[in-house]
Amino acid sequence: MAENNGNTYSLWHEFKKGLWQDIPPFRLVLGTCPTLAVTNSVKNGIAMGLATLFVLLGSNIIISAVRKYVAPQVRIAAYVVIIALLVTVADMFLAAKFPPISKALGPYVPLIVVNCIILGRAEAFAQKNPIIPSIMDALGIGLGFTMSLATMGSIRELLGFGSILQFKVLGSWFEPWIVMILPAGAFLVFGSLIALVNYISSRKAEGA
Amino acid sequence: MDKTLEKTEIKTAPEGGEGAAGAERLIVSSSPHFLDAESIPKIMHTVVMALVPAMAASVYFFGWRALLLILVCVGACMLTEWAFQKYRKKPIKVYDGSAIITGILLALTLPPGFPIFGAILGSVFAIGIGKQLFGGIGFNIFNPALLGRAFLMATYPVLMTTWLEPRTVAKAVDAVSAATPLAMMKFEAKFAPLADLFFGNVSGSLGETSVVAILIGGLYLRYKGYINWKLPLGYLGSMAAFSAIFWFVNPAKYPSPAFHIFAGGAMLGAWFMVTDMVTSPTTALGQWIFAIVGGIIAVIIRLFGGLPEGVMYSILFMNAFVPLINKHTRPRVFGGSLKAQG
Repeated sequence: MAENNGNTYSLWHEFKKGLWQDIPPFRLVLGTCPTLAVTNSVKNGIAMGLATLFVLLGSNIIISAVRKYVAPQVRIAAYVVIIALLVTVADMFLAAKFPPISKALGPYVPLIVVNCIILGRAEAFAQKNPIIPSIMDALGIGLGFTMSLATMGSIRELLGFGSILQFKVLGSWFEPWIVMILPAGAFLVFGSLIALVNYISSRKAEGA
Repeated sequence: MDKTLEKTEIKTAPEGGEGAAGAERLIVSSSPHFLDAESIPKIMHTVVMALVPAMAASVYFFGWRALLLILVCVGACMLTEWAFQKYRKKPIKVYDGSAIITGILLALTLPPGFPIFGAILGSVFAIGIGKQLFGGIGFNIFNPALLGRAFLMATYPVLMTTWLEPRTVAKAVDAVSAATPLAMMKFEAKFAPLADLFFGNVSGSLGETSVVAILIGGLYLRYKGYINWKLPLGYLGSMAAFSAIFWFVNPAKYPSPAFHIFAGGAMLGAWFMVTDMVTSPTTALGQWIFAIVGGIIAVIIRLFGGLPEGVMYSILFMNAFVPLINKHTRPRVFGGSLKAQG
């Protein structure tokens, strides 16, 4: 991607692409590990998405800022150190301020270090673009990821517990589908959503 | 060598006299090269006939609710099949009977008191996810009925393990819940009498309790030539042989081989699910491997796993290996070298 000239249209484009066209788990099929592992409730999904958004934003800003000073041979190592620093901040912040969420997310917050979305954006975008477009890119991709996790989480929580954000939506007539809060349910919902996104995209392409 | 040459000549001969005999045009198709009056509807309707004794036994032992569950499953399976084929603009082939069989088999593996909405959900999953998403009949990797049951097992674990006593057992209260013979074996080390298991006078899924009813249907299918004897024999034989080892070591703790093949879903699975034409291997050696390993896994799950019954997971597990088994047990091409295969 060429150096961005920073006009409003392309900034908006960098933001918008993460919300649908390049939405991480469903179109790029990146970051599937947290998508499958922590989406058994909406709350966990949103918390994971926001933690990832924070790390992505920070890493995109720093990597974009230092992009001219890092030798290409050692760039991956440098990026991992930067990302690890931010992940540690996110992990400690969650553990200090939201202990129950931190406990529920378990090892998946530290595992953001190896989340391919973050390294992928560093490689594909931040190292080639100035800071402002990198921020827009991080916000778009991060929000897209948070939305995806929230969607997965709401479907699984609704069917698995009959509730959304712990608020009972379905009445006592509803017999919860235990499978939805098990790993098998994550794969079923994930597959269905990828199919749905592909279907809508193909319909859009036909219409265009 | 002579034989192959002769065959080639016969096959290509009609091509020379082009148009001379319209009915004898060269038919090019994938192997096996023979035509028969068999068709999917004919096979499927024979299988339905073979399931009639098991269905009758389920109604006899568990009452009209059994029939209701069977009808609901069959109806939901057919509707799902119809909806998928309609939506994907494929030829509507609901009446070829394959969805009917999936519905019956799924119903026969459900507990008698299972709620209707759960049965509908399982049927939609079995046909929708288990069969149509893979491309419809002939393309599914897993047995759709068992996949539907596995989904229900994970979705409603409590309802799927709430069993009723058969009506034929004298009791004080109506519809008391009762442990299945396998659960009693596993958790209480009590072995049900073989005669009860044979006739079906025990609690369990709708169609799995009566060994005699399933045997009638299975032997009828065998007589019709629709199932390969290697599969049920290999499956039940390996279950019996493998469980016999433990029985000889400690008959007080481990049940007899006869108990193993009479109890639970072993009979129903061996005759109607292991033998599924789509999800079992095509080669003779492959069928032996598939059936024997499946039987061993079922016994291992029963004796050492967390669940009392292992037939369903053993068959689904082996289903996943069928493409691999087919690939590695391909017979040598006639006339080909021993080394060149593979």
